[in-house]
Amino acid sequence: MTDLAVTAAGGRRRRGVGRPRAVTILAFVLPFILPFVLFYLVPVAYAVWQSFLVVRRTGGEYGTLYTTFGGFTQYAQALQNSEFWGSIGRIALFGIVQVPVMLFLALAMALLLDAPMLKLKSFFRIAAFMPYAVPGVIAAIMWAFLYSPQLSPVVELFKGIGLQPDFLGPGAVLWSAANVSTWLWTGYNMLIMFSALQAIPPDLYEAARLDGASDWAIAWRIKVPIIAPSIVLTTVFSIIGTLQLYAEPAVLRQISSNISSTFTPNMLAYAVASGNNYQQAAAISVLLAVITFVLSVGFMRLTSRRVGL
Amino acid sequence: MAIMFVLAIYFLLPIYFLFVAATKPQGDLVSTFGLAFSHFRLFENLGDLFGRSNGIFVQWALNSVIYAVLGAGVGTLISALCGYALAKFRFRGREFLFSVILGGVLVPTTALALPLFLLFSAAGLVNTYLAVFLPSIVSPFGVYLARIFASAAVPDEILESARLDGAGELRTFFSVSVRLMTPSLVTIFLFQFVAIWNNFFLPMVMLQKESLFPITLGLYEWNGQTVHIPDLQESVITGALVSVVPVIIVFVLLQRFWRSGLAAGSVK
Repeated sequence: MTDLAVTAAGGRRRRGVGRPRAVTILAFVLPFILPFVLFYLVPVAYAVWQSFLVVRRTGGEYGTLYTTFGGFTQYAQALQNSEFWGSIGRIALFGIVQVPVMLFLALAMALLLDAPMLKLKSFFRIAAFMPYAVPGVIAAIMWAFLYSPQLSPVVELFKGIGLQPDFLGPGAVLWSAANVSTWLWTGYNMLIMFSALQAIPPDLYEAARLDGASDWAIAWRIKVPIIAPSIVLTTVFSIIGTLQLYAEPAVLRQISSNISSTFTPNMLAYAVASGNNYQQAAAISVLLAVITFVLSVGFMRLTSRRVGL
Repeated sequence: MAIMFVLAIYFLLPIYFLFVAATKPQGDLVSTFGLAFSHFRLFENLGDLFGRSNGIFVQWALNSVIYAVLGAGVGTLISALCGYALAKFRFRGREFLFSVILGGVLVPTTALALPLFLLFSAAGLVNTYLAVFLPSIVSPFGVYLARIFASAAVPDEILESARLDGAGELRTFFSVSVRLMTPSLVTIFLFQFVAIWNNFFLPMVMLQKESLFPITLGLYEWNGQTVHIPDLQESVITGALVSVVPVIIVFVLLQRFWRSGLAAGSVK
């Protein structure tokens, strides 16, 4: 069917969107779809397949190993594993505290940057965004030096006022990792919110101002509700990021005995895979993907009803 | 204002500390205050860093650049083509395809990297440049951005008149649309460049050969050895500085592209 026929049949002109031949469309989408299938979908399908397999032995202790279909055996094992729940509990605690703190900071900075009286705007914007240029591993290495009792100037400053903080102690190390994430991502989230704020037409505030609304009232009652979609977006990205935590705790593990090799679900999956139990590692990865999906989609659903996106 | 200054100090302090530490001799790291300069030895430290293990750090830096520039270059091109088709052509299964691609954002790194390792070892690709390069070119987020940018930047009227002139779709894309989309393509390139530059888990799983490591993995390995070889500490610090400063400079120079990209990313 040609565009003209569509126009006649639809009774209105469908603007612009062309309908080229299938070969043309394939020429556009295949260069992406092919690697996407090979390096995204196939591995995911392979992980799901692996997660349903178990390795068994024929006969007694000296029998030969063989792989067979095991149904949900790997999942049952993962769900009974206390280390799995330990890692989930840790990132849950991490996320419940770190994500709101970081996003609140980012929002506050975005609102301040948007306020007319603030000076040195571009300096603050660049300062906050700079950590985004630092890879997670390098950031963790930098902060590891700032946490280390031997050479940290921060620890030394605390000593000066009579405190002995132990950033790598059993109770503190999770929050030291959370601090690295906060440092890395606050500016990025702030910039997403700030860009949304800049898109609001200024005359929207004039009526409120005529009614005598304060800057605070305008910020919380007008600006924040309008940029709610950006806040939802940054929250979803942060939830995904928290669930995939790996590099920062892996680096801190190099200097602290209080981080186990199974500290986060990703570390657990890697440790299990290094022990050659790929099937169990696959089950853990699939569980993590499902949790990520449920949480992100659930959060979007929940907020879209509230915010009316 | 005061709050902003406190936050700015928080964001800049670790980078300042890194710079100060990179200028010191190894012995002064522990014995002098971390935020004050002592003996200025930056250039000797750089010499030590680049000379260590037959210049392996230079190799790592080169690898990082190869992975990130080539990966982001190819990745941007294929994301742009796909996102453009999703924005400008009408075809069956379009929305389904888009949802599947967006779903890719949710897949955890281990769920991809571990099975990829098994598949790549079966194909004999483990411990090669391709093992890191090939998965890096796929960026679902890039397709998402390209779709948004294409619908905003390329007016349908131009495509229609190109069609009336008898230009093929691919020719129209490369001669007309790419030009209109250039600022957004730079944004997609930057996002993907940073993602590959920062990547750590994939190279860690795929590579055992030190000569193929990117900087992140190399410094991670060195950092793990400082317990036994304390001398490495100064090289880890100097190496971290060398890996961070060029990217920060590029960042500050290309700021406006980031802002337009982030703004588009936040529109639902």
